[in-house]
Amino acid sequence: MVANILSWIVWLPIVGLTAILFIPREKKDVIKIIAAIATGLQLWMAVMLWLNFDSGSGTFQFTERLSWIPSFNISYALGVDGLSLPMVILTALLSFIAIFVSWNTEKATKGYFALFLLLDTGMMGVFVSLDFFLFYVFWEVMLLPMYFLIGMWGGPQKEYAAIKFFLYTLVGSVTMLIAILALYFTCGNTFDMILLMERAPQALDGVFWWGMAAIKIIWVLLFIGFAIKVPVFPFHTWLPLAHVEAPTAISVILAGVLLKLGLYGMLRVNYTMLPDAVFWFAGSLAILGLINVIWGALCAMAQKDLKKLVAYSSINHMGYALIGMAAVIAASGANGQDYTAAQAGLSGAVFQMFNHGTISAMLFILVGVIYERTHHRDIDGFGGLAKQMPIYAGISMVAFFGGLGLPGLSGFVSEFLCFIGAFPIFKVVVIISTIGILLNAAYFLSAYKRIFFGELNTKYTDLPEINGRELFTVIPLVVITLFFGIYPKPFLDIIRETVTVLIDQVVLIGNITGM
Amino acid sequence: MNNLQSLSYFIPEFVLVGTILIAIIYDLLTKDKDCQTGLLVIFGLILSFVGIWLIKDQAMTSLFMGTLALDPFAIFFKALVTIATILILFVSKENDELKGYKLGEYYVLIAALTLGLYLMVSSIDLIMVYLSIEVVSISSFILAGYLKNNLRSNESSLKYVIYGAFSSGLMLFGLSILFGLTGSTKFATIQTEIVNLSGTADFALIVAIALILAGFGYKISAVPFHFWTPDVYEGAPTPVTAYLSVAPKAAGFGLLIRFFHSIFTDGTLLLPTEQLGSSGLPWPQLIAVIAVITMTLGNIVALQQTNVKRMLAYSSIAHAGYMLMALPMLSAEGIYSILIYLVMYMIMNLGAFTVVIVVRNQTGGEQLSDYIGLGWKMPFVGAVMTIFMLSLTGIPPTAGFIGKFYLFAAVIKAGSTFYWLVVIGAVNSVISLYYYMRIIKAMFLKGEPQSELISPGRLLAVLLGLLATAIILFGVYWSPIADWVRNSMMFFTQIQ
Repeated sequence: MVANILSWIVWLPIVGLTAILFIPREKKDVIKIIAAIATGLQLWMAVMLWLNFDSGSGTFQFTERLSWIPSFNISYALGVDGLSLPMVILTALLSFIAIFVSWNTEKATKGYFALFLLLDTGMMGVFVSLDFFLFYVFWEVMLLPMYFLIGMWGGPQKEYAAIKFFLYTLVGSVTMLIAILALYFTCGNTFDMILLMERAPQALDGVFWWGMAAIKIIWVLLFIGFAIKVPVFPFHTWLPLAHVEAPTAISVILAGVLLKLGLYGMLRVNYTMLPDAVFWFAGSLAILGLINVIWGALCAMAQKDLKKLVAYSSINHMGYALIGMAAVIAASGANGQDYTAAQAGLSGAVFQMFNHGTISAMLFILVGVIYERTHHRDIDGFGGLAKQMPIYAGISMVAFFGGLGLPGLSGFVSEFLCFIGAFPIFKVVVIISTIGILLNAAYFLSAYKRIFFGELNTKYTDLPEINGRELFTVIPLVVITLFFGIYPKPFLDIIRETVTVLIDQVVLIGNITGM
Repeated sequence: MNNLQSLSYFIPEFVLVGTILIAIIYDLLTKDKDCQTGLLVIFGLILSFVGIWLIKDQAMTSLFMGTLALDPFAIFFKALVTIATILILFVSKENDELKGYKLGEYYVLIAALTLGLYLMVSSIDLIMVYLSIEVVSISSFILAGYLKNNLRSNESSLKYVIYGAFSSGLMLFGLSILFGLTGSTKFATIQTEIVNLSGTADFALIVAIALILAGFGYKISAVPFHFWTPDVYEGAPTPVTAYLSVAPKAAGFGLLIRFFHSIFTDGTLLLPTEQLGSSGLPWPQLIAVIAVITMTLGNIVALQQTNVKRMLAYSSIAHAGYMLMALPMLSAEGIYSILIYLVMYMIMNLGAFTVVIVVRNQTGGEQLSDYIGLGWKMPFVGAVMTIFMLSLTGIPPTAGFIGKFYLFAAVIKAGSTFYWLVVIGAVNSVISLYYYMRIIKAMFLKGEPQSELISPGRLLAVLLGLLATAIILFGVYWSPIADWVRNSMMFFTQIQ
């Protein structure tokens, strides 16, 4: 076991980045290999972390703490619990895979991989930060590399997509910054997230600003910041554009990791520090989740572009997680202390975050594979590819079925958990949102049929089969999807204790204080 | 302290005066073919910086029978101004715009301007305030019009003179009302006299403050006294623009803070909010409104600019607005955050203008179109410009973010009365992102990879590297700056 393993995981990409800066830009292979080594080591360490993780404890583990700016009580504090560990593994895995997905990047290779590694550090940092200031810095560090990666290596509308992404997320960031500062000054001058979890519920109790409860104001400010990243309707309009214009590997990261940051932030910050407001907002959260489910599915149905379809399906999938998150209030006294439902809902939400990470990454990689060969993504422009590319068709089937939530694949388990968790309190929402599942099946199956079945398009009679590098990028994801679909217990074991702690935090503390 | 005793604490200014005289004579005698005057002035400024260093631990006192203050606050600003000046002088030597002009006077004028700034940040007497502002203004009028053969430069100088004369006239009027009400030109006496007035002359005071604000607002280019800024910034030689956007603005803030704190509070810096403005004047609200208008107008107009220099001019207006945001709090944190912001702002703004100079040296232009593909032709310049732009937007981990963080923190700490101010400031940050990113977009997203790279020149490259490193460094670890500023916060008001 490595000492300061979390610091290593966070800063390894920066080590790689520094190395890359000293390589002449003509030596593209060396640059790629360095990037692969940096992310590969990171993945190895993430796996080590997982193996050494004590799933019997719901507290933070592998913690590190250094004083950074004493005059503002800012410290460098890292730690993981059952909520962040899956995200750390997901980030490491997808970053490693994304390096190979972008192996053929020819334009400004050096810049591409340097920025990618910077992005990696930013993402990883957010998931392991236990200091709110540090959290915010990492959160913002992601923006610039993402802007460049979309804006320089993206599709035809890349510039518009990149600035739209940047502006949307910056709006979220500044509202979050205000909320962080408000928390800092109302809770005894601290950015320590663990201390804030203890102090904030009491400190904000009965505080009113302009006639509104301070808890509600801070909750909404934070929620906007996180909701833009998720994205929750109506903040979602940047997403289809950014996903479609971004290069394949970046779409993988966007869908696989960046969207999770929003949900992670809500669970880590909103739920633990402002538990009272969870009760106030849970209904709205469920309804927003419902809108995401239905709206995302309907939009996906209307798409002719395969990548856009996948992008909208992400909005739909995030909706399930939101509904699952709202289920936490089932455990409160007023709702009959249904801990099982709360546990199922929250576990489902966290599991859905992970599963969507793997499944949507797979879908985007597969879209990238076909786009590289045909240079278009028009669903109706293919036809009969199953004959030409049987392996590709087989893997796509796993991905598509994973996307529509077929039993036996991991997406089903998490969506099911979200639903059974939410059903006791949000019956109507759950019933309506099952329509979303139907719609999901409709557009995924119809897209699959149009692409792979029927007459083989005469243009594509010499289309090469999916190659070894591409297989290398999707096979791990296929395996994970199948494995967790059949046997989700290892994953649920990791998160169980943390979810219990989270529910207690919301239900017990949230019920003691009032707004 | 009487005049004779004061002299020994006046070393930095003496050094500067000596430098000015020697530089003039040297320039006159040698006809200065190879720009040695510049080096001479740089040397003088370094000496004067050493002088500042020597007196930095002096007990607070007043010099020349209560006209100048010797306190950490003044020393902070003097040091800041000196560093900015030295950087600007180096940049000026590499600037192609100034080639072909006789530069002896140029350097001398910058040194004279610096002397004015020294006096401005330490003055505690109305006469001294006015004199120092005029020294600064008149030097900058000439500097703005230094490109004699360039119409825009001439125009900018003339505009500057007209606006400058008008606003200092207004200020003088305000100062005279204040003198009439209190019978003194010394800040400390004025403060006690205003308390003695106990609200009997509020209207006259409001008029006086509004008029004086016009003078200060002109120096820091706060709306509605900003009209000169874009034209002067665009027309003046770029190093002068960079200088005007940093040093006189910082000094203006220094004077503004000292003036209002010495005259309208008891000078302890720690007044509870209820005691704001001992005579019950609504000036915190007035400044809050000015702050909002300044940043919003600066940002929104900057959105439409295609000339980068002009865009940076509007952006500097917006930054003045951000800093003004922390003034109405009248809290120690507010002033603290403004001082921190000034340091960060100086670094990033000088950096941005240095890039403008590099680009101008290369392409001869300062339009946005001249930046297309810059990141491919000059990757280093493109990279550091990206850092400067992000810092100006306020995105971590850059110095600009730390500055903004402290400003927001100061406002939020003051309680929910001014939360709306933070929200507007935050929205403005987002607006500003758009136009800063336009430069980044032009540099990197447009244009194609080049096989031949262009070098910006060694001296400029070193300067840019230093500034960019400082921005990242202070964005990650700013404790030294925070400590320095904390120690500079003391300023006296009561010593006669």
